[in-house]
Amino acid sequence: MSACCRLWALVALLIAVGCSRDKADGRLVIFAASSLREAFTALGTDFERTHPGVRLVFNFAGTGELHTQLTHGATADVFASADQRHMDELVRAGRVGEPVVFARNEPVLVVSQDAAGTIRGLTDLPRASRIVVGAPEVPIGRYTLQILDRAASHHGGDFRARVEAKIVSRELNVRQVLTKVRLGEAQAGVVYRSDTLGASDLRVLEIPAAINVVAEYPLATVTGTPHPGLAHDWTLLVLSEAGQRGLARAGFSAVQR
Amino acid sequence: MTAQRVALALIGALLVLFLALPIVSLFASASATDVASGLRHPLVWPALRLSLTTTLITLAIVVTLGTPLSWTLSRRQGRFWQALESAIQLPVVIPPAVAGVALLLAFGRRGLFGAVLGGAGWSVTFTTTAVVMAEVFVSAPFFVQAATSAFRRIDPQLVLVSRTFGASPLRVFFRVAVPLAAPGLGAAAAMAWARALGEFGATLMFAGNLPGTTQTLPLAIYTALEADLRAAQAISMALVVVAFSLLWFVRVTLKSSLEVS
Amino acid sequence: MSLVARLGARVGELTIDVDLNTAGGTLVLVGPNGAGKTSLLSLLLGALPAERGRLSIGDTLLFDSEQGVDLPVERRRIGYVPQDHALFPQLTVRDNLAFAVQSASAPMHRVDGALRDFGLEALAHRRPRSLSGGEKQRVALARALSVDPRALLLDEPLAALDVPARAEVRAFLAQTLRDRGLPSIVVTHDPTDALALGQRVAVLEAGRVSQQGIWDELAAAPATRFVEQFVAAASGRV
Repeated sequence: MSACCRLWALVALLIAVGCSRDKADGRLVIFAASSLREAFTALGTDFERTHPGVRLVFNFAGTGELHTQLTHGATADVFASADQRHMDELVRAGRVGEPVVFARNEPVLVVSQDAAGTIRGLTDLPRASRIVVGAPEVPIGRYTLQILDRAASHHGGDFRARVEAKIVSRELNVRQVLTKVRLGEAQAGVVYRSDTLGASDLRVLEIPAAINVVAEYPLATVTGTPHPGLAHDWTLLVLSEAGQRGLARAGFSAVQR
Repeated sequence: MTAQRVALALIGALLVLFLALPIVSLFASASATDVASGLRHPLVWPALRLSLTTTLITLAIVVTLGTPLSWTLSRRQGRFWQALESAIQLPVVIPPAVAGVALLLAFGRRGLFGAVLGGAGWSVTFTTTAVVMAEVFVSAPFFVQAATSAFRRIDPQLVLVSRTFGASPLRVFFRVAVPLAAPGLGAAAAMAWARALGEFGATLMFAGNLPGTTQTLPLAIYTALEADLRAAQAISMALVVVAFSLLWFVRVTLKSSLEVS
Repeated sequence: MSLVARLGARVGELTIDVDLNTAGGTLVLVGPNGAGKTSLLSLLLGALPAERGRLSIGDTLLFDSEQGVDLPVERRRIGYVPQDHALFPQLTVRDNLAFAVQSASAPMHRVDGALRDFGLEALAHRRPRSLSGGEKQRVALARALSVDPRALLLDEPLAALDVPARAEVRAFLAQTLRDRGLPSIVVTHDPTDALALGQRVAVLEAGRVSQQGIWDELAAAPATRFVEQFVAAASGRV
C-alpha cells in the first residue's frame, strides 16, 4: 500500500471509531452549566462507583451555549441549567422532560482587595471606579440587573443608573467576571456564591435578602435518551442528602423538599 | 487524460463545497424579516462602527511598522534573524484567549508594563485602545510573514543596481522595494485586516465587552448568540458582507496595480 | 586610471583569491562555469563581503581589510550591468534613467544626455518589456554610465542576444568602452566577444586567476589547458 492509501485507511479507521462511540452503552452524557463543574464532578465519581460499567461524560459550558447545542440536536441524556428561562424554552420545544429544581445559587458582590476599604456593601457599589458584570444575555447578567432594579427601593431610584455608569465590561461568562476582579482590572463584580469558594484574594459581600434574586437551577432528562433509568438515577443522586451536601460544599443552597 | 482532469477538479470541488456550505447556510436559512429585525438589533451599528474604526487603525499600525521590519527580515540571513522571524509567528500559534491572558499579564493593571503605565495614570484594559492592541497582536504576524515573502520575491539584482547608482537604503526601500512588492504587500494587508476583523478571544479577555467601547462585531455576535440565534445570524451576515466587500475591494485594487506594472 | 583589486573571500563552497588590474583599459574576465566570475563581481561591488585584501580605483580606496576600510555599495559608485539588465519593469526608459540620475543626486540634464548619446530618444517612453534584447542592453548601459561611475562591470553583456544582434551590440559596446576610457571588467564565456571587448584578459579557474595579461602573452605561453583552448578559440584556430 502506498503512503497515501495508508493515510486514507487511517482516516477511515478514526472516523469509524469516532462514529461507533455514539452507540456505546453505559455512557451517560450530562450537559451542565459551568458553575456546577466542581459539584457535579465530585458527584460523578460517587455515581460511577455505585454504577459499575457506567461512565459519565460531562459537558460544562454556559447555559446559553448548551441550550443552543440541545436545540440543534446534540446528543445528551441530562440537562442541568443555571436558569429557568432556558429550561422552559427547551420544555416548550419538547427537547426535555419535566424539570425539577435541584439547587439554588445566590449572587454575591465580590470586591478586589485594594477596593475593600471603599466598598463595604451594596450601597457603596457606585463608588467603585470600574465594575464588571455579566452581559444581560447570560443568566448572571439578568439577575444582576434585577438586583439593581430592586435596590432602588432601598438606595434611591437612580441606583441602577449610578452603578451602570461605572460598568466597564459585560462579560459573557460569570468566570470572566470573577477573573477580572481577581486580577484587579475591575474593583467589583456580581457573581454566584459558588464561584467565590477558594478565592481568598477577594472580599465577598452579601447582597441583602430583600434585594437579592436567587437563581434556581433546574434539572431535566433529555427526551429520547437511551438511558432513562440512569438519567433518573442521576436526578435522584443530585436530590439526595449526599447530593445536596455536595452542592452545599460547592457553595450552592439546598432546595426545600 | 480528461478523466484525470475531472478527478483533480472533483477533489478541489470537495473542499470548496465544504468551505462554502456553512457560509451559504448562514444566509439561506434566514428569512428577509429575520434579517431586517436582526439588523435593527441595538448591538449591530455600534459594533460595526467600532469594528471598522479599530481594524483601520490596526491596519495602519501593522503596515507602517511591519513593512520596514519585513524588508529587514527579507534581507538578512543568520540564526538570529531566523529565530526572530519564528518568534514573530508565535501569536499565530497561541490560542486567542491565551493571547488575551498574555496581554493582560503584560499590560493589565498588575502586569509587567501595566504597573509602570499605571504609575503615570494610564490604564488600557476596558478601553478601545485595548481592542486595537489585541487586534495588532493577532494580525501583525500574518502581515509580516506575507510581506517578508513578497519582499523575498523581488529580483535582488534590481536592488543591487539601485544601490550602485548611489541610492540610499531609505531610497531603495521606498522607491524600489515597496513599489515592486506592492501586490504582495496588498495581499498581506488584506489578510491582516481580515484577521483583525474576526478577532474575538483576545479582545474579550483583554479589552472586555462593552457596547460602543469594546464590543466589536464578533463580540456582538457572540453576545447575541447567548440570547437569540436569529439576531446573531443577522449580525454574522453583516460581518460576512463587510469582510467580503473589503477583501473584494483589495483584490480589485491589486489587480489594477498589477496591470499597471 | 585603473581598478586594482587584491581580494580573498569564501563564497559558498568556493574560495576566491584574486589579484586583478585593469591597467588603464578594459579587462575581460573569462573562465569555466562555476569558476566564480559572478561572485567576484559581487565582491568588487561590495554586495558580498570580502574577508581580506585591497580594492582601489585610481587614488580612491574602496576596501582595505588592514586599514578597516569598507565602503558600502552605494558609496563605491561602480557601475554594474547584470546579465538580465535589471531594468525597472514598471518604468519607462526615460524614468529608468531618471531614477539612476536622481539616486546619484546628479543634475537631471544627464538623462537627456544619456538618451542622446546612446540613441535612445525614440525609445524614451517605451517600457522594457517592449524592447528588443539589443535595445535593453543599450538602455542598461546608458543607465549605468549616466551616473558617471568610477568603473564599470558588465556580466555576460551579449549572452542573451540572438546572433544578428550580437555582432551589432558587440561593436557598439567595444566602441563605448574605448570612448569612455573607464576602468572596466567584462565577464564573458565567449572567446569572440572577449577578443573584441578587451585588450587584457584574466582567466579565472576555481576562484583563482590562472593567468592575466594581454592576448599575445596568453597565446605565447598559456598557463593552463583552459587558457590554451580559450585563446585558440578566440583566434579562430580551434
